Parts: sequence; C-alpha cells; structure tokens
Amino acid sequence: MSDDDTAKPVDRTPGSGRRMSWFERLIPARIGARNDDRSSDRGNVPEGLWIKCDNCGEVLYHAEMDRSQDVCTSCGSHMRIRARKRLERLLDANSGVEIGAEIAPVDILKFKDSKRYKDRLTQAQRDSGETDALVVMHGTLHGEPVVVAVFDFAFMAGSMGSVVGERFCRGCDYALAHELPFICFSASGGARMQEALFSLLQMGKTSSLLTRLGERRLPYISVLTDPTMGGVSASLAMLGDVIIAEPGARVGFAGPRVIEQTVREKLPEGFQSAEFLLEHGAIDLICDRRQMRDTLARLLAKLCDRVAPTGAQSPVNSANQNTAVSVDASSATAEDASVDHSAGAAADGPAGAPT
Amino acid sequence: MNPNFLDFEQPIAELEAKIRELQFASDDAHVDVSDEIKGLQEKCDSLTRSIFQKLSSWQIAQLARHPQRPYTRHYIDTVFSDFDELHGDRAFADDRAIIGGIARLDGKPVVVIGHEKGRDTKEKIRRNFGMPRPEGYRKAKRLMELAERFGLPVITFIDTPGAYPGIGAEERGQSEAIARNLYVMAGLKVPIICTVIGEGGSGGALAIGVGDRVMMLEYSVYSVISPEGCASILYKSVEKASDAADAMGITSARLHKLGLVDRVVEEPTGGAHRDPALMAESLRRALVQELSSLDGLSAEALVAARHEKLRAYGQFTEA
Repeated sequence: MSDDDTAKPVDRTPGSGRRMSWFERLIPARIGARNDDRSSDRGNVPEGLWIKCDNCGEVLYHAEMDRSQDVCTSCGSHMRIRARKRLERLLDANSGVEIGAEIAPVDILKFKDSKRYKDRLTQAQRDSGETDALVVMHGTLHGEPVVVAVFDFAFMAGSMGSVVGERFCRGCDYALAHELPFICFSASGGARMQEALFSLLQMGKTSSLLTRLGERRLPYISVLTDPTMGGVSASLAMLGDVIIAEPGARVGFAGPRVIEQTVREKLPEGFQSAEFLLEHGAIDLICDRRQMRDTLARLLAKLCDRVAPTGAQSPVNSANQNTAVSVDASSATAEDASVDHSAGAAADGPAGAPT
Repeated sequence: MNPNFLDFEQPIAELEAKIRELQFASDDAHVDVSDEIKGLQEKCDSLTRSIFQKLSSWQIAQLARHPQRPYTRHYIDTVFSDFDELHGDRAFADDRAIIGGIARLDGKPVVVIGHEKGRDTKEKIRRNFGMPRPEGYRKAKRLMELAERFGLPVITFIDTPGAYPGIGAEERGQSEAIARNLYVMAGLKVPIICTVIGEGGSGGALAIGVGDRVMMLEYSVYSVISPEGCASILYKSVEKASDAADAMGITSARLHKLGLVDRVVEEPTGGAHRDPALMAESLRRALVQELSSLDGLSAEALVAARHEKLRAYGQFTEA
C-alpha cells in the first residue's frame, strides 16, 4: 500500500531547478515577482491550447505535445497520460476492442471515511469518464494481435480494487484463449484502501493468471509508467517476462514519505526513479514513449519467433547502450536526460509564452 | 496499571492480582480461603468472557499486537516436532524477520515459514520487528521451491506489520520479491496452508499468504493497510485508527463472513496469550485437519483449485 497518490514526478534534469524564459528576463523584477510561484500561475494558461511541463516549467504548444505523445519537447519529461489516449496511440488505428467494460465497481463494505466510497466512485467516474482504473483492449500492434491493459491514474490514483483485478484477468483469459501476448502499462498508487482486503487479494489473483500465461509460453511485457507503487508494483507490474520503464517514472514499493519517516534520513537523489531501478538491476530497459510502439513490436516478434514487423526496426542510433531511447531526428530536443542544456540558447522556450 | 495488559484487559488484571494475593495468604495463614478463590476465579472467567464478547475491531487489532501474544517461534516449538531451521536467500543475507525450516507435523515432514517479531528489545531489533526485507521473501521462496521439489506441504504463519520500508529494501527490489512469491505460491505443486496468527499487514503478509487454505486465529487481523495508515491517509488523522479498523473490516469474523478467509481458529478465553499451550493445540488440530482434506489431490487438481479460489476474490457488478 502506498500513500503516493499525490506523488510528483521526480526532477529529471540535473541542475534544472527552474529556468528563466526569455520573457521573464526582459520584464522588470517587480512585475516578474508575481510569476515567481510556478504553481499559482497555472490558472493563467488557457485550457487546451498550451500545456506547462511540470518538470522544467516550459510552456508548450498543445498540438506539438500531441505529436510528441506528451513528452516535453524541451526536457524530455514524460507526462502522465490517460489510458484511452495511450491505447489509441499504441494500437493500430481502429483495431482496439475493449475487454471487461461490462464490469463495474460496487461498495461491498459500505466503506466510509471522510466521504462515502460510493460517492468517491461516482465522482471519479464523472471526472474521468471511466468506470474504473483499468482499460483493457485487444487489437493489433504493427499488424500482430495483442492484448493490452492500461491503468488510468486519473481514476482514484489508478488504485487496484476488484474491477481492476478482474479486468486484468479477463485480458489474460482472452490472451490465453487466442494465444496472444499480453502487455500491461501500470500507473498506480497501489491497492485501493476502500476495498480493503478485497484489494490486497487482487495481487494474488492477477499473479495467478500470469503463471498461466507463463506456462503457455505467451509473453507478458510489463511497462512501468509514472508512478507505479505499492500493491501494483509488488504484483503484476514486477512480473513481466520483460519489464520496461518510461524515463523518469517513479517506481517502488513503499511511498517516499513512509520511507523517510521510517529511516529518518533524506532519500538519495533519483531514488525510485526508472533510472535507479535500471541501475539496480530491477528492470530490463528504459524506453522513450515515442519508441515504445516499435520496441514492443520488435520484442514480441522475437519472443514469438516471428520476423520483425516492417516499420519497427531497431533504432539506428544505438549509442545509448543502457536504454532503447534513440534521438528522433525530427525532434532535436529529446536528449538523454543527462544532457544539461540549461545553459544553451535552445533552452529558451517558444516565443510568446502567455502570462 | 499492569503494562502486560491492554486497557480493556485491566479489570481482568486487577481480579487476577486479587486472586494471587489470596493464594499467598492461604499459604501462610491457617484460614481456608479456597471458596473465595474459586468464586473470584469464576467471576474472573465470566468477566473475561463478557469483555471479549464485545470487542471492537480496534481492540482486536491491539490484541493481535499484544506484547505477550505467541509468535511463530512458539508454534514451531509446540505444534511441530523435529524442527531444523534453514537460513538465507543464497544471494544476499539471512533475514531474521522470517523463520523457515523443515519440521514434522503429526509425524509427517513439512516446510514451515513464518514472520517472527521477536520478544525482547534486542530480539526485536535482530528480527526487525517482523518486517522482512527482500532477502526474507527470497528465503521463503527458496524454501517453498525446496518443498515442491521434495513433495512437502508448506505451512506459513503470518505476523507482520508489513514489508520493511527502507532504502536498501527498495534498492534490492522489495516489490519484485513480494510479486515473485505471489507468482510462485500461485503455481506451487504442493499444498499450502496459511494462517494469520497476529498481524496480517498488507503485501508484506500476502507475500507468504497465497495458499489452498487461509486461516486466521480468532483475534488476529488482516488488512490492506494498518488502521493507523488508513486513518492518516483517508481521515487525515491517526486518531481515527479505530474508525478505519471498523471501516476496513480487518477481523477474522468479518473476513470469514466475506468469504476471504476459510477458517477461524478459536482462541482460548482472553486470547492466545492467556493460554499459549491450548492455542497451539487448537492450531495443530486445525492444520492437521486442513492438510488431510487436501490429501490425495493430484498436483494439477491442487493448483487448478487454488487458481479458482484466487480468481473468485473480488466484488463487482456485471452489466
């Protein structure tokens, strides 16, 4: 269980802190001071047209962000994205068919804290447009059929309760019945407290289905996205035949606050980041979101002993041995996170940042 | 105030102190007080029963963590015979928060694995208060695989506040260690019987808690997060732990009714710590019974039934 439902992504750019845009440098300090609190001027950004990067503070044009799959074109930070958006970008156009949409949550325990669980569910369903925190689809990826489950962090912090567990299992059922590989993108604060022990037991339930995929030699690829914590991390997310993480994703068992309170010391920089996990041997690779589709297709083709799908060849630039990240020529700003570009002129944001 | 008794046990403590005084007196003097002692004893028993009849979830949580509650080591020494402890994960360390080894139950060899909190301060520190690190779970996994190889049933005892939330534990893959155990236990080709004997704390408990039978001692608790943890997150106040305990339904009676626990093992009047020997005997009988109910199942049938059981956990509506 994690208390991490409000976790902010870790700062991925060493020394980035916050950079001044060209505009801030021009205006007098007295006026500029009003803009100093980065969080308070969020409301000034018109909805839908501009997005601000939580990591570097850069203001980005929406259409460009859509093209870059919500990866900051300035610092490479991977923003959290909704489940359906991810499925839409991952699967071949119009190939996705949803599995388990007919299942909906119930409040079996009549759980009530400061709010009733029933009301929290209604609220979350209204706000997110989803019925629970996992969306599962079968479809094709570079022409090959797959089953893909994606957590939606916007729904109660992607917490795993009975519906998430059952939908995951039905996705596995479908994969078993049709002999397909299974992919899961996790983003979750952990088990859902409001379903108490029912939630905890979903960890065993989902793991048991994965043993059957393993027996049948059907590949299971787990992709860790920001954040994957607690009971989800300690079950289905860490059981992939191949485990991939998005750059900068926070992944761990206990939430950082809980650890700090227990050990009474400051946590090392980058603790529980995808890069930290790679370094400690916990995951297979880190992959930029923009290369994820091709990387998955290539891996699956090899695990299933098929020829590589056309259009999903290995990245030409393999200089970065640690990760599958390759620099996309069309997007010169997708540097490796270790490149400190804060001093360069290119770091100045797009002209005309609104105030 | 007797520090070895909880708040709600104090009236019992007082009566017992009185009985002991009288016993002393009767040793010295030539007055016969045996009738008084008998009367007080009866009063004490009925008082205990009436207090324990209406315990709140929070009081039961406190009993589950009672400083005198029997731990895994006690049951290993009393329920089993011929125990040989086996140590280490063969990779990093021997985590003493988990005890494991081979023993005999009713003469038949079994693998026993359990969390161990440790009794005195020194022992508690050595055992990290029963909070395992990844190497503890990996030791448990190794022993389960050993059990499978030699066809021995696995008996686990759950009693932990949770997996240890530390820097090293994260570095060495706490998540993976727990996840891997769930995976291995789901498919293990020998019978597994899990019993919550005290505190069943979240993923750290479940990591040795996937089995063909899940039992709880009457005054043990099992939950997704501690009542205090839940209270501090959802109620924004640790003071509300009692409310959180009620809301989550952490007691054996409630979880049995919800179908999440197969069997509740009754405790002696006043709880396991009042009569550890009697507790051990009831637990032994329950274990032998449950194990024999799994006798004669093929490995395939056993695992298939376990999968079915795991699959059934969950409540949802279906349109």
